[in-house]
Amino acid sequence: MKPTRTRQERREQERRGQERRDRALRIALPVVVLALVFLIWEAFVRINHIPPYVLPDPGLILRTLMDDWELLSQSLVVTLATTVEGFLLAAIGGVGLALLFNQSRLVEYSLYPYAVILQVTPIVAIAPLLLIYLPQPLAVLACAWIVAFFPVLANTTLGLHSVDRNLSDLFALYGASRRQILWHLKLPSALPYILGGLQIAGGLSLIGAVVAEIAAGSAGAGSGLAYRIAESGYRLNIPRMFAALLLLSVAGIAIFYALSFVNHLALRRWHESALEREA
Amino acid sequence: MPPARNPQTLSPLLALHGVGKTFPSGTQALADLDFEVRAGEFLSLLGPSGCGKSTALRIIAGLSAPSQGRVDWPTEGMAADKTSRIGFVFQEPTLMPWARVFDNVALPLVLKSVAGETITHRVSAVLERVGLAKFAKAFPRELSGGMRMRVSIARALVTEPQLLLMDEPFAALDEITRFNLNNDLLQLWQASATTVIFVTHSVFESVYLSNRILVVSSPPGRISAELAIEAAYSRDQNFRTSAEYAAYCRHASTALADAMADGEPAEDRS
Repeated sequence: MKPTRTRQERREQERRGQERRDRALRIALPVVVLALVFLIWEAFVRINHIPPYVLPDPGLILRTLMDDWELLSQSLVVTLATTVEGFLLAAIGGVGLALLFNQSRLVEYSLYPYAVILQVTPIVAIAPLLLIYLPQPLAVLACAWIVAFFPVLANTTLGLHSVDRNLSDLFALYGASRRQILWHLKLPSALPYILGGLQIAGGLSLIGAVVAEIAAGSAGAGSGLAYRIAESGYRLNIPRMFAALLLLSVAGIAIFYALSFVNHLALRRWHESALEREA
Repeated sequence: MPPARNPQTLSPLLALHGVGKTFPSGTQALADLDFEVRAGEFLSLLGPSGCGKSTALRIIAGLSAPSQGRVDWPTEGMAADKTSRIGFVFQEPTLMPWARVFDNVALPLVLKSVAGETITHRVSAVLERVGLAKFAKAFPRELSGGMRMRVSIARALVTEPQLLLMDEPFAALDEITRFNLNNDLLQLWQASATTVIFVTHSVFESVYLSNRILVVSSPPGRISAELAIEAAYSRDQNFRTSAEYAAYCRHASTALADAMADGEPAEDRS
């Protein structure tokens, strides 16, 4: 009996060690890849004497980021503010519209096709038009909203329809009102879907804001990060272009992980997606 | 067992008259179902999968409308307010995964806007009765299959229903858990005045639990036999191994075999 148990314990220990190594690798490997790419990049630029207005080396990009921090951070704040506002409006609009559709089929039939049209028309094509009719900050916000709201709408709609049939019967049996069904059954059932939609919307909102800023930038107005990219492009300030791009990526990653974290907090106690697998 | 539970002398609680159900797909689930349920009895509907017994239960609960025939409720109160007098236990525990055990059990009361204090009191009492008092704050996923089913039963009992409808509630559980829950269910039933209609495809389970068994043929479902199980309600492990139990089971099996021979071969759907 005893040797078996020790073997089992050893196996358990091995498994845990394996898991820890696995987790470390998942963080370490991308970092190694990044460092390698930067090294090769740096070497490539230096060996071939490529001028910075063609391709700046990573060191120069980081230096530019620090030197221009005042300007770039202000732009970052502008873009982030637009993104967050667009995201919040998309969340409210998407969930609200889905609820409205769920409560009234007539409204759904009347409006859904237009929501789809808004989604399938490329935002790059809409942005210049919006900039004609709306003041620049509002136009940028509208773009962020347009691209971000559809996944929220679509996911929430799907979620509201994904109610357990037996639970739905149970609510009917106890004579639940429409409001009670919505509040106690449909919304909690839809929550994982809504959060999934929001996670997509966060990234899209940033993209919408950037697209609109670029469009606005070509019209010579604006102050966001994407505008800085467009502006730096005209001035051949390529290192600053890269620095702004780097900030945008970091912002996108931060938004993604922030929303993942919210998702995890909301679902960790009950939803399959958030449960840790017990081996 | 109190003498008032003798099914022959009980007053009728509900009666089905010529109830039939044809689904929009054209499948005929029930045809001309006639039976009476007496107040306080433990009645089993025994039949093969897909014979429409679940459909009958849903029609009684008002979750589905019969295509033909009607359900009569002779007692005034039941007819007027079925929603607070019927409890339903599904084959799956059917719990809200996002809500704690307490909130799952409280659901019927919350939907009726019962005062918070009363809810706390009644939910605690019913959780005590099903032996889950310690798990009020757990989430369903933290419980075993048998415990989830207990929560489901507690939720059905929290309104103190006059009629408890159970749709193969223990079919998905292992045998040991099922035996335990059978015993608990009998205790709960004896401690209350509740009428139970229990749908099952298990001969042994129906004999163990019921006053009376209606054998449903397949398909479309109709009543093909009625059996009274007159064994006293000291039903426990001794009863399970008694000659009396074996005789009833043999009897019920034969009736079930006859019912299946009458109808088309049973399809695997429920």
